Amino acid sequence: MSLLKEPDFGTPERPGPATVSVEVDGFPVTVPEGTSVMRAAAQAGVDIPKLCANDSLEAFGSCRLCVVEIDGRRGTPASCTTPCADGMKVSTQTPKVEKLRQGVMELYISDHPLDCLTCPANGDCELQDMAGVVGLRQVRYGYEGANHLEAEKDTSNPYFDFDPSKCIACSRCVRACGEVQGTFALTIEGRGFDSKVSPGAGESFMDSECVSCGACVQACPTSTLQERSVVELGMPTRSVVTTCAYCGVGCSFKAELRGDELVRMVPHKDGGANEGHSCVKGRFAFGYATHPDRVLKPMVRERITDPWREVEWDEAIGTVARRMRELQDRYGTSSVGAITSSRCTNEEVYVVQKMVRAAFGNNNVDTCARVCHSPTGYGLKQTFGESAGTQDFRSVAEADVIMVIGANPTDGHPVFASRMKRRLREGAKLIVVDPRRIDLVRSPHVEAQHHLQLRPSTNVAVVNAMAHVVVTEGLVDRPFVDARCEDFDDWAEFVARPENSPEAVEPITGVPAAELRAAARLYATAPNGAIYYGLGVTEHSQGSTMVMGMANLAMACGNIGRDGVGVNPLRGQNNVQGSCDMGSFPHELPGYRHVSDDAVRTVFENLWGGTLLAEPGLRIPNMFDAAIDGTFRGLFVHGEDIAQSDPNLKHVTAALEAMELVVVQDLFLNETAKFAHVFLPGASFLEKDGTFTNAERRINRVRAVMKPKTGKHEWQIVSEIATAMGYAMSYDHPRAIMDEIASVTPTFTGVSFDLLDKLGSVQWPCNEEAPEGTPIMHVDEFVRGKGKFVVTSYVPTNERSTRRFPLVLTTGRILSQYNVGAQTRRTGNVAWHPEDILELHPHDAEDRGIKDGDMVTLASRVGRTTLRAEISDRMPTGVVYTTFHHPVTGANVVTTENSDWATNCPEYKVTAVQVGLARPERHSDTEASDVTGNDLVTVVD
Amino acid sequence: MTATVPSERRMANDIARNLGHLPRERAAEEIAGHIGRFWDPRMRTRLYEFVDAGADGLDPLVVAAVKLLR
Repeated sequence: MSLLKEPDFGTPERPGPATVSVEVDGFPVTVPEGTSVMRAAAQAGVDIPKLCANDSLEAFGSCRLCVVEIDGRRGTPASCTTPCADGMKVSTQTPKVEKLRQGVMELYISDHPLDCLTCPANGDCELQDMAGVVGLRQVRYGYEGANHLEAEKDTSNPYFDFDPSKCIACSRCVRACGEVQGTFALTIEGRGFDSKVSPGAGESFMDSECVSCGACVQACPTSTLQERSVVELGMPTRSVVTTCAYCGVGCSFKAELRGDELVRMVPHKDGGANEGHSCVKGRFAFGYATHPDRVLKPMVRERITDPWREVEWDEAIGTVARRMRELQDRYGTSSVGAITSSRCTNEEVYVVQKMVRAAFGNNNVDTCARVCHSPTGYGLKQTFGESAGTQDFRSVAEADVIMVIGANPTDGHPVFASRMKRRLREGAKLIVVDPRRIDLVRSPHVEAQHHLQLRPSTNVAVVNAMAHVVVTEGLVDRPFVDARCEDFDDWAEFVARPENSPEAVEPITGVPAAELRAAARLYATAPNGAIYYGLGVTEHSQGSTMVMGMANLAMACGNIGRDGVGVNPLRGQNNVQGSCDMGSFPHELPGYRHVSDDAVRTVFENLWGGTLLAEPGLRIPNMFDAAIDGTFRGLFVHGEDIAQSDPNLKHVTAALEAMELVVVQDLFLNETAKFAHVFLPGASFLEKDGTFTNAERRINRVRAVMKPKTGKHEWQIVSEIATAMGYAMSYDHPRAIMDEIASVTPTFTGVSFDLLDKLGSVQWPCNEEAPEGTPIMHVDEFVRGKGKFVVTSYVPTNERSTRRFPLVLTTGRILSQYNVGAQTRRTGNVAWHPEDILELHPHDAEDRGIKDGDMVTLASRVGRTTLRAEISDRMPTGVVYTTFHHPVTGANVVTTENSDWATNCPEYKVTAVQVGLARPERHSDTEASDVTGNDLVTVVD
Repeated sequence: MTATVPSERRMANDIARNLGHLPRERAAEEIAGHIGRFWDPRMRTRLYEFVDAGADGLDPLVVAAVKLLR
C-alpha cells in the first residue's frame, strides 16, 4: 500500500436530519444544516485552499486563505466559518479571492525559512502545498525586516521537536491540544507579530503540562512540530493500517514506513475506537520492537541455574513437546497447563487454549485477565448475561452524567479520556469514586461535581448506599425494572435496610453521607447516566460483588440499553476482552460456555476430535499453589511476566522454582524467564497478522508491518508444539483460525477477515441477527432475558491495617508506562517515569520524617521493597500509592494472596503496609518475608 | 498474631462470607454450586480432606456445601 492520506474536509461533520442545498462552483451539493461552506465544497469535490482548518478541529478563521465569494453577499468570507444556507451559490476561484490568497501566502512565506529541499516535512507540508495551489511566484518583502527565522528550537521532548522558526501561528496545535486531547497545555503567547506557540508559561514541552499525545504534531501544517523519527529517517512512503498493542482502547494506527523501516505511527481517522487520536504510548513508544534486548533465537537449558543455549526452532519445539509429555506420563494429564496473554491476538490465544484442551487434554488454561478483569466477566454475566461492557466508546458523547469508579482514564485509557473530557466540557456532569484525587477530579475545563473519596476496599458499601438512596427516595425507573428485570423486590428490600444508608456506612467508607446522597440523586435523575470503571473496582476481595452492585444500580435507574448509558469496564491491556472471549478461562470454552455443558463440548469435540474434560482446570493462583503442592509440574507462559505482575512474588517464584518445566514465550528475557527452561522468542504486534478485541467489544485487524524477526509466527509455534505432542494442528494463515473461531462461537459467526477488511472493525455479537455487529448491548432485552438483580452484601476485606502496618497501599499505572514496563521501559518513555514512585500524603510523610524525594522502605506482612517517595495531597491520609512498572522495585513483593471471592482476582488495591525512611545500604533492595510453600501468612486481629 | 491459612480453606471461607447473607440451605447450595463450577477437582479434594480432618477453621456453611458436593 502507498502512503495513506485520509481526506480532510476542513471542518467537522455536523450530523443532523435537516439539510440545505448549495452550489459550489456550479456543483450542487446537499449537506446537513450547520455544515461549513468549506466542508460542503470538499463534499462536492472542490478543495478550497486552507491552512488553519482541519476537520478534527472547530473552524477558527485565522489564516484567511479559504476566502470565497458568495452570490448576494458582500466581501470575501472565510469558507471555514461560514455555514451553508439553502440556495447559496459559492465561487471558490475568482480573480478577487485568488489575489487575496496570493497576498496572504506572500506574507506567510516572507517569514518562513526557504529550506524546503532539506526540510523534514518536504512533501508533507501544507504550507508548501498551498504556495503551489495559490500560484505564489514571488515574495516582494525580502527577509531584511523583523522575522522569526532565528527562533530557538525546543528539543526537550524525546519524540518530537518544536521549531518556532517554521511556525505560521495558525493555532492548530493549540486547538488540537484543547479540543482533541483536552489538556490545554499549549497557548499562543504574545500579541500581533510577537505571537508564538508556547507550552505552558514559557516552559519547554518537557517541563509543561504536555502529555505528548502527538495531536499537536499531527495538526501542524508545517515542520514546526515534527516527529524526530521523520527528521532522522526521512518521510515515509507507505502505510499499513493496524491496531495498537497497548491499552484496552485499541486505537487504529497507520504504521508509516520507508521501505521496511517503520518511521512513525499515525492515528487513523477511520479507527472506530480512536477516530484519529492517540496517546504517547501508541503514537511514539514502538521502539521496543527493534530494541537490542529482544531475543530472536529459541533457547533451552536443563536447569534454571544453567546458562542458556541457543537452538534451532525444531529442537526448542521438540523439547517443549517431549518434556510436557514426560511430565504428564509421570504426574498425570492435569500436571501441566498454560497461561494465555492479553497482549496477543485472538488467533494466538485461541490456539493456545486449544493446545491445552486438545493436546494437553485438560482445562488448565488461564489468562492474565485473571489478575485484572475476571470479576467483570463474572459480575456482568450474572446480572446481564454477557461478560462484556455494554456500550461503544462513542456512546459517552450522549451521557449526561458520567460516573468514573476506580479508574484513572487520563493515565490508563487516555484516548477514551479525551472523548470523555470533550463531553464533560460540553456540560455533562461528573462523579468520581476513588480514594485518590485523580486528574479528572479537577483539570482544565473539567471538574467533578462529586468526588467520593472512599476508603480502599469499601466500594460495595458505597454502591449499596447509592442504591439505598435510589430505592428509598423513589428514584427507581419502575417501567424499566418491571419490563426488563427480575429479582428486584429482594434486592430493593436489602438495599433499603437502614444499615445500607449513606449515614450508616459513612464511618466505614469515609464518604460524607450528604455528598453520597447528592451523587446518587445526580446519577439516578440524569436522562442518561453512564458508569465507567477500572481495576479499582475489580482488584478487590469483593471485585465481583462490586461489578454486580454497579449493574444493579444501572438497572434500577434504567441506564442500560441505549446510547449514553451503560456499565463499561475500561480494560487494561489491548486484548483483555479478546483473550477472555477466546476461551482462556479454565472453566469456559470460547464464547463463555461452561466446560460442563455437554452440548457445547460436543461442538468442539466434533471439530477438534477426542474427548474434552468436563471439569474446570486451575486458575493462575491455583496453578501456583498446585506447583508448590507438587501436582502441577509444567507451565507454558505466553507473553506474560507473572514473576513481576502477579501478587505476592515470593509465592510466585517459589511456584516457578518448584516446576520441572517452565516455557516462556516473550519478546524479552523477562523476570519469569529467570525461572524458565525453554525460551521461545515472540513477535511484536508489528510482526503479527490477526485481531485484537478492545474494551467496547470491537474486533480490530492487526496487520503485519514487518516479517517476524524470529522467523516464525506465534500461532505457528503453538500449533507445532501441539503437533509434536501428537495432536495434529495446522493453519495456513490467521484468517483460517478466525474462520474456525467463527464456526464454533455463536457471538462470532459473522466475523471474518474479509468482513473486518470491508468494515474496518466490528463489535461482537456479530452474527445473523447482527451482521455488522452490535455497538450497544441489551437494547430490547438482556442477553440472559431479564436483567437480574443480585443482593450484594458488603463484606470487609481480610486485609486490615494494624499497628505494625497502619497504612493501606493501592497500586496502579501511569500514563507513560504500561504494566510491567517490558515494552515502555525500552522506549523514550522512561524520560517521564524512570522509576516507580511511592505517593503519600504530607501528614503521613511528616509523621515518618519523610521528605519529598527520600528513599523509603515499603513493607507489608509478606515482603518489603525500597523506592522513592513523592509527597502528594492527592492521596488521602492513611493511603499510599505506587506503580509496578519497574522490576527493580518489584512492587508486587508486598502485595498479598487476598483475592476476589468469586474469581481469585488479586486484591492489589488493598495491602496493609508501613513506610519508613530507607537506610542508605537498603536502597534498591527488595525482599520477601520468610513465607514459603502453599500455606501463606495472614494477619488475624 | 499471625496464622497459616491453606489456600483452599481461605478461598472457601471467602465464598461463604460473601454468600452468607442467603438463608442457610440456599447459601450451602450456592457455595457448592460455585465451587463445583470454578474449582479444579484437586482443589475440591483438598477441601474435602480439610473437612474430613475436622474442618478446623472452615466456615460451617462450607462444611454444609461440601456435603452437597460429595
